Amino acid sequence: MLTIQTRRCLGLALMFGAFTLPAWAQTVKVDGPWVQATVAGQKATAAFMKLTADAPVRLTGGKTPVAPVVEIHEMVMDGDVMKMRAIEGGLPLEAGKTVELKPGGYHVMLIDLPKAVEVGQNVPLTLTFTDAQGKTFEVAVEAPVRPLKRGHEKKSGHGM
Amino acid sequence: MTKYYLHRRFALALLPLALLLSACEKVSPPAAFHATEIREASFGRELRLPDTEGRVRTLADFRGEVVGVYFGFLQCPDVCPTALSRAVEVKQLLGEEGKRFRIIFVTVDPERDTPEVVRAYLDAFDPSFVGLVGTPEEVARTAEEFRVYYRKVPTGSSYTMDHTATTFVYNANGKLRLAVPHALSAEAFAADVRRLLAETAPAEPGR
Ligand SMILES: [Cu+2]
Repeated sequence: MLTIQTRRCLGLALMFGAFTLPAWAQTVKVDGPWVQATVAGQKATAAFMKLTADAPVRLTGGKTPVAPVVEIHEMVMDGDVMKMRAIEGGLPLEAGKTVELKPGGYHVMLIDLPKAVEVGQNVPLTLTFTDAQGKTFEVAVEAPVRPLKRGHEKKSGHGM
Repeated sequence: MTKYYLHRRFALALLPLALLLSACEKVSPPAAFHATEIREASFGRELRLPDTEGRVRTLADFRGEVVGVYFGFLQCPDVCPTALSRAVEVKQLLGEEGKRFRIIFVTVDPERDTPEVVRAYLDAFDPSFVGLVGTPEEVARTAEEFRVYYRKVPTGSSYTMDHTATTFVYNANGKLRLAVPHALSAEAFAADVRRLLAETAPAEPGR
């Protein structure tokens, strides 16, 4: 009885912990991370996800084996002109407020890819956060790769 | 019966008004397109660039099709895949008529976007999409003709491109008809394309 329950708890913990386990020790929860696939020769792509911090922090950078350069970017439409910029000082996160990095807004830019990132791959991504005291900590996730051609999803927050 | 006659008389009485209204319509037609309609374009009159196979393509190559010209670049992680995914969706929404709808992608980053990579990239969306890769000078001239804005912006270790994300849509006669903004939905875009296809429907017997 006891064993079964323990096992069950373990199973649940593993299930829920798949993406968030490393975050438990830290203060930012990362949900549903994904990386956009590339074709060979395409030198950059982006990672998207939902971030929820326990305390006010900033997403200031990251590391991944698939790209030597990782930057935190914002996409803005100026009229019908698209502009992409690195966010100065990182992306601020308020305590308890989920911020979604998604097409049409923020993304983690993966630059100078030596080879294509393909569907079926899980991209290890270590995000760097900086707290109010200027102390940094890391959260590691695995982001599955989604096809370049996006399916018919509700394009919420797409400026409509 | 009486009712019917009444209706008819009523309708007849309204006829002059209807004629008047339709006359007015010719002067200022209702905004039936979702995108911005272009009547007499003083821009986007010419397009002449090599495709990913090195053949020089012009708008005349695509007569009989509704064509959307989009300027973008491959390192664009956001609006370009969104715009091209929307175009694929438009094609699907059009069903059988989707065969007469095509996207022409013009890279504004010819330094990095080689013809081979542009071809592979477009194939990930729809192999029928045409990619045009000019020299930096040719691209500049084309963008000017389309009044498209693009600019290289340094970011950290490399650079990104600011660019107009409008899709310029031509009817099957090669006339520039619509400026489709980035934010327009696939459904609205598809409805507009359907209208353009009807406007230049091939003459079929019994139609
Ligand atoms: Cu970016």
